[in-house]
Amino acid sequence: MNAFDYRAPRAVDEALAILQEYGDDARVIAGGTALVTMMRQRLVRPGCLVSVRDVQGLGRIEATNGSVRLGALVTHREAEVSPLLMDRLPVLSETFRRVGTIRIRHMATVGGALAHADPNQDPPVTLMALDASVEIRRAGGRRELPLTEFFRDYYEPALESGELVTAVTVPLPPARSGASFVKFLPRTADDYATVAVAVTVTLESDGERCREARIALGSVATTPLRGRAAEALLPGARLGESLVRAVGEAAKRAADPLDDHRGSAAYKREMTAVMVGRALTQAWADAQRAVRETQ
Amino acid sequence: MIRLTVNGHSHDVEVPTYRTLLDCLRYDLDLTGSKEGCGVGVCGACTVLLDGKMISSCIALAVFADGREVTTVEGLAVAPEARLCDERLHPVQQAFIDVGGFQCGICTPGQVVAAKALLDAIPRPSDAEIREWMLGNLCRCTGYYKIVESISAAARQGRA
Repeated sequence: MNAFDYRAPRAVDEALAILQEYGDDARVIAGGTALVTMMRQRLVRPGCLVSVRDVQGLGRIEATNGSVRLGALVTHREAEVSPLLMDRLPVLSETFRRVGTIRIRHMATVGGALAHADPNQDPPVTLMALDASVEIRRAGGRRELPLTEFFRDYYEPALESGELVTAVTVPLPPARSGASFVKFLPRTADDYATVAVAVTVTLESDGERCREARIALGSVATTPLRGRAAEALLPGARLGESLVRAVGEAAKRAADPLDDHRGSAAYKREMTAVMVGRALTQAWADAQRAVRETQ
Repeated sequence: MIRLTVNGHSHDVEVPTYRTLLDCLRYDLDLTGSKEGCGVGVCGACTVLLDGKMISSCIALAVFADGREVTTVEGLAVAPEARLCDERLHPVQQAFIDVGGFQCGICTPGQVVAAKALLDAIPRPSDAEIREWMLGNLCRCTGYYKIVESISAAARQGRA
């Protein structure tokens, strides 16, 4: 690794001032699982690391007005075992549980996983299907960005120089909703996905027809993405084999994967259709369970 | 200059910012039990506890440990000042010996530190819980059955 300045502010405002001072030469570090690895491989050579590890107030998971807010410094492990998340958004705690190993989940943070903008990560996929938004702060300013607009390209988040991800907010799904996260792992349990899919489904009051659905895909493009054409087939539809197949095929057309050791691009496209079908079926069953529980 | 507590002893160490925690332990503090395997956080040979939580020390910076407590494999046996003659091994270490939980031994420090963290968190783990917890500690000799058995034995020992 190259030599660099290291700053460890204890307050958000202090961190923002340092980020403004160093500009593009600064990189934010929290858990370090992604950045230290990239620095060791000399892919990144920052002039200054701004450690936000000791910044106060960014480590909470809290329920606020119909949504759950996860501070940027919440670790994957904390999200995985949070009773609040397990109760309100079980698909999200399950998704965090599927990331890497417990050792990595003890280190990696929720905000870091977003700012790293690696399309192979799991949490952004589920967060996108849940319609989450990112809270971003800079010296003297704050903005909220839907997660669908947050990823620009491979490892490139929509963050300007001096900006810091401080939280992610996840709206609680309406009644009669279900969700699923499916991660296709042909190699080892701690690997990145070959294809990852998250689906949310909300049913009409008849408990049979779909009112609204969101489909998010990971590992199949330069960013995580929504399968909007596939989603559009769902409102008003009833679950059946032909619907599952049509939605899978539509999602497959949104995928633009790379050949790598986790599979060829052609294989990943085919598996996108299969995994979307499975995720849709699971999310639908989860929503029907919710319908039965309210009756 | 950072001040960290390793296995109960406080150290002041002058480190460059790019020093990994693993290199700090091995080269600044001469604690060579923790190994560098993959160097990218995958294999588990460098597993240590930072404030009681197991982490990969090869991708943690030494500065992360400033003001914090680190436990390495050298700290699992009963502390030297408490011992009368022989060092008393941690139940996990003893179980790895009794059950044959290692072959070449290179992954073993990481395995026993991870297993200690498991038993601290879940004193009576099921086999499934052991497998999930330990899946990030690779053994190229592939002695996984004996490792799981060792941890089960240590857990039984802890209850006895």
